[in-house]
Amino acid sequence: MALVTVREALRQAMDEEMARDEDVILIGEEVAQYNGAYKVSQGLLDKYGPKRVIDTPISEEGFTGIGIGAALVGLRPIVEWMTFNFSIQAMDQVINNAAKMRYMSGGQFTCPVVFRGPNGPAEYLSSQHSQALQAIYAHVPGLKVAAPSTAYDAKGMLKMAIRDDNPVIFMEAELMYAWKGEVPEEEYLVPFGEAAVRRQGTDVTIVGFSKPMQAVEAAAKQLEKQGVNAEVIDLRSIRPLDEKAVYRSVQKTNRCVVVDEAWPFASVGSHLAWLVSKNCFDWLDAPVEVVSGEDVPMPYNHKLELAAQPSVEKIVAAARRVLYMEQALQRPVDED
Amino acid sequence: MVKNMKVETAAEKKKLLNKFLREMLLIRRFEEKSAQMYGLRKIGGFCHLYIGQEASAVGSIAALDLKKDYVITAYRDHGHALVCGMDPKVIMAELYGRETGCSRGKGGSMHLFDVEKHFLGGNGIVGAHIPIATGVGLKIVTREEDGVVLCYFGDGAIHQGSFHESLNMAKIWNLPVVYICENNQYGMGTDFKRVSAVEDFSVMGASYGIEGKQVNGMDVLEVYDEVSKTVAKTRKDRIPSFIEIRTYRYKGHSMSDPAKYRTKEELESYREQDPILILKERMIGQRMLTEEGYKKLDTEIRAICEESVKFAEESPEPGLNALYEDVLV
Repeated sequence: MALVTVREALRQAMDEEMARDEDVILIGEEVAQYNGAYKVSQGLLDKYGPKRVIDTPISEEGFTGIGIGAALVGLRPIVEWMTFNFSIQAMDQVINNAAKMRYMSGGQFTCPVVFRGPNGPAEYLSSQHSQALQAIYAHVPGLKVAAPSTAYDAKGMLKMAIRDDNPVIFMEAELMYAWKGEVPEEEYLVPFGEAAVRRQGTDVTIVGFSKPMQAVEAAAKQLEKQGVNAEVIDLRSIRPLDEKAVYRSVQKTNRCVVVDEAWPFASVGSHLAWLVSKNCFDWLDAPVEVVSGEDVPMPYNHKLELAAQPSVEKIVAAARRVLYMEQALQRPVDED
Repeated sequence: MVKNMKVETAAEKKKLLNKFLREMLLIRRFEEKSAQMYGLRKIGGFCHLYIGQEASAVGSIAALDLKKDYVITAYRDHGHALVCGMDPKVIMAELYGRETGCSRGKGGSMHLFDVEKHFLGGNGIVGAHIPIATGVGLKIVTREEDGVVLCYFGDGAIHQGSFHESLNMAKIWNLPVVYICENNQYGMGTDFKRVSAVEDFSVMGASYGIEGKQVNGMDVLEVYDEVSKTVAKTRKDRIPSFIEIRTYRYKGHSMSDPAKYRTKEELESYREQDPILILKERMIGQRMLTEEGYKKLDTEIRAICEESVKFAEESPEPGLNALYEDVLV
């Protein structure tokens, strides 16, 4: 197997699907002549021409809606958002149109469109360019949400997303684009709704998705040195959510830490923690811990921005808490 | 009038005018029936009536070939749905929230759709369907088809960013979309002049290099003539266009609006140029119609509307299993 970057894996996915199906088009800011703001679409304009690889003005609401409209009548557009932060401009189109057209037409429409781009914090980008917005999209029925963490999954899941007849939110991460991983030469697809057990363990389940998986796996290694055998689960897709894979693991380990780099209030992580608490209540030996981003806008200063995100240390500490190796921070409600 | 018509013979002209009269009357009677059923609480939620504006949908959609062309509109959509050929029974059943409705009772008044008839709704967020229409135009160009998209929206939508973003992209990519502002002069309860920097909307496409014109929406023949010319040019030259159809709604914004923000005199002045009345008198004047013939047509159309109510009343409500259906494919 070849070792390729996540960037190249994503590019290959789009290239192969565009070659396979001429209804697949790519539309977004800087995707064509500039070859992509993060070079994910490198070479696609040369190969497929300006009718299928389309540079847009900076009009996120407009070109996102155009992608949806084209999807409703038969094309399979990939809409690239330069970052998910800018997708907020386009959210009306995604939530009010893409996610609703099939339902409110009584099943008359399909809307095979992929919205993709980098999500979550990178470095030194401050508050408006560092947001992890999975909770907002995952909240909406009518959307699928994918968040791979490896080059293999990035390619297999993006190909799957392009072939899906539903609108798919496909979350990448700027810092992941340079990560390398093994990608087979032959064609393959990675289905949604199937979590991957990245590491077998017996003492605690640590579950996450997307970029924080690297910190999760590093934390598992550290815990091993402390005599803790952690099981690591990568959700890969948030909607559909492979709840059963998590329950199966927690029913074995009896302890669970959820990692989600988004804010903690009403997040994918807090939802998953609730699901585990409810559905594995009889198996749990400790309350579920959530390691999230801090509940603040992202600061620019590097020390501060790192402190605002999940880290290996925070994940290790959370695992130690559910194992009662460290004191949990619980106080009576009225105690100040 | 009817300068640009493809019709050659008097018989063909009569046939076309009869079609216009019939369709406008169908919208009028269907909506009167809807209002009545709304009053009886058979229909709930938002229900935006098109009464007074009939000439706009009837005259413009007549310029299309819906085998290859598309229509998309906002939430005041009963009229467009009827003119696109949707069955009044299926529309009324949708207003009733019944399983036999076009959207299986999940859309209601604002969300009528017929994908086979190329009628793309029925969209409830002001201005949000304008990029969708533009995307349909992109599909037509990408697949090298011959179609044209008619995208209707109100005077309230024209100041949304979605309108301006769409016009810009339609122009740079040469998309065959005719953007039609049905200016009924009130965005909900707000006189459009109070919230618009310009009063003549025909200039709204100008900063995107898109030609615009203003059309009298109370005259179905003028609408047909002007939209036909624009559609033909859009189809031939593969360019977007903009039309302001100046019209007037007799009823409030929705069923809960008594429309106290305008005068009785203003309403009366528009009733005097009622699109159905004008066409009827014109046809009688040209001996294409008699008062008796009109009454016969009206009776026939009232029966169709009655029939649609009967169908809706007798249709089952969706089962609870429908709740989770069609969220995803």
